[in-house]
Amino acid sequence: MIKAFYYLLLRDMRLALRSRHELANPLIFFVLVVTLFPLAVMPTPERLQEMAPGVIWVAALLSVLLSLDRLFKLDYEDGSLDQLMLSPNPLVILVLAKVFAHWLLTGLPLVIIAPLLGVFMQLQTESLNVLIWSLLLGTPVLSLIGAIGVSLTVAVNRGGVLLSLIVLPLYIPVLIFGANAIDVASDGMSVRGQLYFLGAVLVLALSLAPLATAIALRITASR
Amino acid sequence: MNGSEFSWSEFFAMGGYAFFVWTSYGIALVVILLNIVMPMIERKKVISRVKRAIRREQLQQ
Amino acid sequence: MWNWIHKFSSPKYFYDMSAKLVPWFAIPALLIGVYGLYLGLFVAPTDYQQGESYRIIFIHVPAAWMSLFIYMVMATSAAIGLIWQIRLADVVAAASAPIGASFTFLALVTGSLWGKPMWGTYWVWDARLTSELILLFLYFGYMALQSSIEDQRQADKASGLLAIVGVVNIPIIHYSVEWWNTLHQGATVAKFDKPSMHIDMLIPLLLMALAFKLFYAAVVLVRARNEALYRDRNRRWVRELIEKI
Repeated sequence: MIKAFYYLLLRDMRLALRSRHELANPLIFFVLVVTLFPLAVMPTPERLQEMAPGVIWVAALLSVLLSLDRLFKLDYEDGSLDQLMLSPNPLVILVLAKVFAHWLLTGLPLVIIAPLLGVFMQLQTESLNVLIWSLLLGTPVLSLIGAIGVSLTVAVNRGGVLLSLIVLPLYIPVLIFGANAIDVASDGMSVRGQLYFLGAVLVLALSLAPLATAIALRITASR
Repeated sequence: MNGSEFSWSEFFAMGGYAFFVWTSYGIALVVILLNIVMPMIERKKVISRVKRAIRREQLQQ
Repeated sequence: MWNWIHKFSSPKYFYDMSAKLVPWFAIPALLIGVYGLYLGLFVAPTDYQQGESYRIIFIHVPAAWMSLFIYMVMATSAAIGLIWQIRLADVVAAASAPIGASFTFLALVTGSLWGKPMWGTYWVWDARLTSELILLFLYFGYMALQSSIEDQRQADKASGLLAIVGVVNIPIIHYSVEWWNTLHQGATVAKFDKPSMHIDMLIPLLLMALAFKLFYAAVVLVRARNEALYRDRNRRWVRELIEKI
C-alpha cells in the first residue's frame, strides 16, 4: 500500500515534469496577478502593505484553482483513472498520493516564490516568515479541498467555472485565517491562534477530503 | 395597542422607515408567491411534456 | 416498520400520499403566518433604539433560520439517499434546494434593508450577512452541480456528497466569519445579534419561524411531487396517471 502511494506519487511527478512549461503556468499566473495590483492602484508603501496579505492569498487561491484540472482530468480521459479505481489498493491512498503530487508541483512552488511577491507588495521582513508559514499550511488544504471539487466535476464538460463555484466558498475559512495571520504579524502581534487554526484545518482536510474525493470519483467516474 | 390612538397613516409611515419595512415585507411576499406559483407552472410543464411523449409514441405505432 | 418505509419511499405511493398532506401544512402556515404578522406589526411595541425599522426582523430572522434549516434537511436527505439508496430522499433534497436558496436570498435582502437605516449602508460585512452570502453560494453550487450532470442518479449522488461536504464546512465557515468579523468590530456592539427581546417581540418572531417551516413543508411536498413525476416520466404509473388528466 505504501509502495503504491510512492509509485503513484513518482509517476504523477514524472508525468508532470515532462511538460515542464505547463507546470510553470500557475506560478507565472500567481506572480502576474499579484503584479496587477500595484499597477491598478497608487503603489504607496502603506497601501500595498495593507493589501498585501489579502492580495497574495487570493492570488494563491486562484492559482491553485486554475491548476486543479490536471489532478484527474488527464487520467479520466485516457482511462488511467479507471485503472486506479480498479486497483486493489484503497482509492483513498491513491487519491492522497495524487493530491500530494499536485501540491508538490503547484502549492509548494507558490510558497517558495511568495516571499518575492511579499517584497513586491512592500511587506516587512518580519511578516515574510508568517507569509511562508501560512501558505505552507494553507496550500495543501487548497489542494485537498480542490480535489473534492475536481472529482465531482471531472465528467462534466467545461466544468471549470462550476469547479470554482463549488470550491471557492469552501476556501474561505483558510483565506480568512491565512491572510489575517500575515496582517497581524505586520503589527507585531502573535499569530499562534491563526496558525493553529490553519493546522487544525489541515489535519481535518487530510483525514476527510481524500475520503470524500474517493467517494466522489466512484460516483462520477465509474464507467 | 400602540400608544394612545391607532392611526393608519402612522402605521404605514412606520416611524419614517416605511420604505425599508414595506419593501422587506413586499419582497418576502414576492418570494412566498414565487414559491407557490413556480411549482404550479412546473407541474403543468411536466404534464404537457409527458403527454407529448405519449402522443409521439402513439403516432409511431 | 421497514415495510412502511419502503412503501413510503416508492415515488408512486409518495405521490398519492403527499397530495393529502399538503393542505395540512399549507393552511396552518397561512393562519399562523397571518397571526404572527398581526402580532408583529400591530401589537409588538416600538423598539427603544431602532424605532419601527426593527420590525423587519420578523421576516429577516425566520428567513435566516430557514436558510440554515433547509440546508440541513437537504444534506440529511442527501445522506440518506447516498447511504440507504432511498430515491425519495434524493427527491426531497433536490426539491428543497431552490426553496432554501430563496429564503437565503430573502434573508440577505431584508438584512440589507434593515442595515441601511441602522448603519447607513445597504451592505455591511457583518458575520451574519456574510455567512448568509456564503450559504447562498453553497446552494448555487449544489444546484449547478445537479443540473450539469446528465444521469439523474449520478447527479443526485454527486450533489448529495457536495451537500454533505457543505454541511461539514458550515460550522467552520461560520466560526471563521464570526472571528473575522470581531476583528473589524472595534467598540461597536455586534450588529445583527438579537436585541434583548421583549416577550411581545419574541412571540411573533417564533410564530413567523413556525409559519415559514410549515410553508417550507408544504412547498417541498409540492415540488417533490413534481420531481417524482418528472423522474418517473417514462414509467407506467406516471403514464397512466397523466392520461387521465
